[in-house]
Amino acid sequence: MPAKNWWARAHEVPGAPRARGLAVTREEWTRAAEDVAAAGGRLISLWATRGADNPSSAAIYAAYWIESGLLLIELAMTPEAADERYPGVETLFPSASRMQRAASDLYGVRSTDPDRRPWLHHERAGYDFVRVEGEGVHEIAVGPVHAGTIEPGHFRFSVVGEKVLRLEERFGYAHKGIERRFTELPILEGHRLAARVSGDSAVAFSWAYCQALEGMAGCLVPYRAIWLRALCLELERLANHLGDLGALGNDAGFAFALTQFSRVKEELLREIERAFGQRYLLDAIVPGGTRLDLSAHAAGALANRITWVMGEVAELRVIFDDHSGLRDRFTGAGILSPPLATRLGVLGLAARASGQPLDARVDLPCEPYNELPPVKVVRTEGDVAARVAARFDEVADSCRLVRSMLAGLPAGAHAAAVRAPESGAFGVGFIEGWRGPVFVALEAGPGGSVRRCHPHDPSWQNWPAIEHAILGNIVPDFPLINKSFNLSYSGADL
Amino acid sequence: MLKTLRKIAIVGLVSEPAPQSDPLLRIRSALDEQIRTVLGRALCIRHVDAGSCNGCELEIHAINNPLYNLEGLGIRFVASPRHADLLLVTGPVAANMETALRRVYDATPDPKLVVAIGDCGCSGGIFGEGPPSCGKVSNVIPVDVAVPGCPPSPARILAGILTAIASSHGATTSE
Repeated sequence: MPAKNWWARAHEVPGAPRARGLAVTREEWTRAAEDVAAAGGRLISLWATRGADNPSSAAIYAAYWIESGLLLIELAMTPEAADERYPGVETLFPSASRMQRAASDLYGVRSTDPDRRPWLHHERAGYDFVRVEGEGVHEIAVGPVHAGTIEPGHFRFSVVGEKVLRLEERFGYAHKGIERRFTELPILEGHRLAARVSGDSAVAFSWAYCQALEGMAGCLVPYRAIWLRALCLELERLANHLGDLGALGNDAGFAFALTQFSRVKEELLREIERAFGQRYLLDAIVPGGTRLDLSAHAAGALANRITWVMGEVAELRVIFDDHSGLRDRFTGAGILSPPLATRLGVLGLAARASGQPLDARVDLPCEPYNELPPVKVVRTEGDVAARVAARFDEVADSCRLVRSMLAGLPAGAHAAAVRAPESGAFGVGFIEGWRGPVFVALEAGPGGSVRRCHPHDPSWQNWPAIEHAILGNIVPDFPLINKSFNLSYSGADL
Repeated sequence: MLKTLRKIAIVGLVSEPAPQSDPLLRIRSALDEQIRTVLGRALCIRHVDAGSCNGCELEIHAINNPLYNLEGLGIRFVASPRHADLLLVTGPVAANMETALRRVYDATPDPKLVVAIGDCGCSGGIFGEGPPSCGKVSNVIPVDVAVPGCPPSPARILAGILTAIASSHGATTSE
């Protein structure tokens, strides 16, 4: 059965545009996954629930991105079957493996995945890394505390000389019980926690949360507020890309790049603070709209600042392109080939730099992106140079978008009132952040509470790709290759 | 190459004066004042992310940018706790990071200072305390200075670091 037949059977889910859901049987769960994979669909997220009031009832969910839209598949388990293993989908979607292990750790809902090592839970002493054996093979263990200002995680390299034969990641160090914390907050407050799932993607996550909530509550967000949200999302993209471009130059030994890009980024952050009261927009998006409006004066100053940023970045890009040392380090380093990126189901900027034409702002646009279409930046080389070039291209396009948004910002209110949705209501949010698409599944509980909230960062999909991109490269290039992906630890550790 | 040199010359020096230290950020004074004065002249910092959302890390990066110019004050980040005088810790401390944080603290030679950064490092923040989260940094290791904010601005982070090495009267030792 083609994937679109599952779509035709599914019912509409509020929140993100073109989202539908379907409850299936055990056999259908596997067939739906096979059909989605055959149609070239992507696994967006996989998560479990276990009823607090009835701990023996459990369910497992998968969200797929197919041509028609977001397809959510739910496999409910009867109390008798709740402790049986559900069919894992890791052979069809390799990124599912860690999500299935996390669902097992957090909810005790276990899959048939042969990899039964815990992922987020570290209580058990020891961890069975896959050993590489042979003459001259040795291991290098790095982390969880790293040499720079980076999030915590562990990398186990198996190397010969300086060449990497295998890399295995082990994460979960930043696990702080985010999903359970959501259930302790009122549903109208959850956007604050969503913004802190991964602080660098605060706008993307808080918007996705609010998109789900507003869809469930039937709240009509004012037109101006939607534009302001998109403005914030593009500013978040700009700030992160500018930081990454400087850090990438620095990791290739060009300290000038870090100095210049961090100066440009700092001036942008100060302008954002003057406009929205915060350098990083952790509290900008609220249910019903935005926390603050943008004054005409601040909009003018922001537009001027963006024009300045465009000029600075264009000048720095010429310096990057002319620099033979940078070209030498970037080109051919950490290649993720397009076929491998497809097979691994990679998402976001890293996917687009490996020939995957996926951008939720273009393919599943929410307002205002249907009126202000972004340019989909796609490159096919899949190396560090491609991820650098993709950032330069996206910076230029985000600057263009920000200027259009500031010029055409509709009049009206910047927020509307929202009432807590009814108990049992379910919605999803899907927003293309700077790193890739973030996804939020939200279920309301009684009295304005949250029964279940699952936030999903695209880093779940992209981390395994680094284990492949590093193969055959030398250990000293790992920081550069890792930075070129710049994935989230906190966002995927929950 | 000429374009690079030209850019450096045109941009020039953009560093701003360092913020004042702030005695209100200090939560304990375990180190002798004379030792703090000595450390202040060439302070080495080791950052530890004990479970933060990465928001505080973005602002810690910023204190190294040319406008805040941390290294201009004689203060720098080092790659190992064994080389450090001061630990800059963001949190909340995830239970999975508790052992690592204790080990980093033990590996840092005495005399040492600890500055907790962000609402989560100071109080557990929005994540609170529960089985997967140990909450504030001082639940796990002794803290000298705590800088709240979500995230705190680079100027506040810098003020927190300067407070840690300031005399009890509040004046910084870097003239």
